[in-house]
Amino acid sequence: MHETTTRTTLSVWGWLLGLTALEVLLGYLHVPQTLLLLSVLGLSIVKAVLIMAYFMHLKFERLSLILTLVPVLVICLVLLAGFLPDGLRALNLRAFR
Amino acid sequence: MDGTKLSTASWQGGASPFAIGHKKLGMWLFIVSDSLTFGALLMGYAYARLAADVWPKPFPFFPSIVFATVMTFCLLSSSLTMVFAVQASARGQRQPMVRWLLATIALGVLFVVLHLIEWNHLLGEGLSPFSVPATWGANASPLFGATFFTITGLHMLHVLSGVIYLGVTAVRKRATHEDVEISGLYWHFVDLVWMFVFPLIYLLSIK
Repeated sequence: MHETTTRTTLSVWGWLLGLTALEVLLGYLHVPQTLLLLSVLGLSIVKAVLIMAYFMHLKFERLSLILTLVPVLVICLVLLAGFLPDGLRALNLRAFR
Repeated sequence: MDGTKLSTASWQGGASPFAIGHKKLGMWLFIVSDSLTFGALLMGYAYARLAADVWPKPFPFFPSIVFATVMTFCLLSSSLTMVFAVQASARGQRQPMVRWLLATIALGVLFVVLHLIEWNHLLGEGLSPFSVPATWGANASPLFGATFFTITGLHMLHVLSGVIYLGVTAVRKRATHEDVEISGLYWHFVDLVWMFVFPLIYLLSIK
């Protein structure tokens, strides 16, 4: 059984705190809303991967488990995002002629 | 090497194709389904926000953002203490394990307390699950309150459940190392969800 060293754990924790600080900073840099959304979402995905890989130990599990859990989740979430363009529908309606 | 190499035998079933116990596999499957619950709620929030005429951006630096950042720090640190609890349990040291679990619980409770204070600020301003304060503008979407309280409320419920779960794990003398590890999986998942709730709810709505 692989055990992550305390040193690795602490450095993952440090990275997670650092990336959080970066996200808060980005929130105050007056970047355009879409760019802000994409950048904090990207950073959050990195944080999620760090938590799953090291804290939840997924990096050290058998590949068959990782392939069973992760792709299905990603595919379902991406499919859910397919609804989003419809949210803009009401704002793009033309006046009835 | 067993943990990283995929052999054909893994896919052919056998005694333990994933090389983990059935309880841990059960927790992993629960985590996937719960991720989809939160994923659906966050997508619903994104939809409501896209479709809204005016979406309020009400969070000031103090108290909201400062509180939410400190809460994020609490949860990340509680994940760290949880890893130490699991490591102590792997070495068979019961007393240190219980102490690390208690530290994790304390940070979880601190998170909930700070969150309730933050909720209280917003409720005091006049935000409710069904309406936003009149001072936030005439066209401000009332769905703000609905999405905010549903998503942060469900997450808070998960933290509270986790606090109880870890408390039971700490008290139970019969809890095996695998049981401690599984409770850790749940706790890290609660932390992971907040990594999405915090930027999407708070940082995208800074005043």
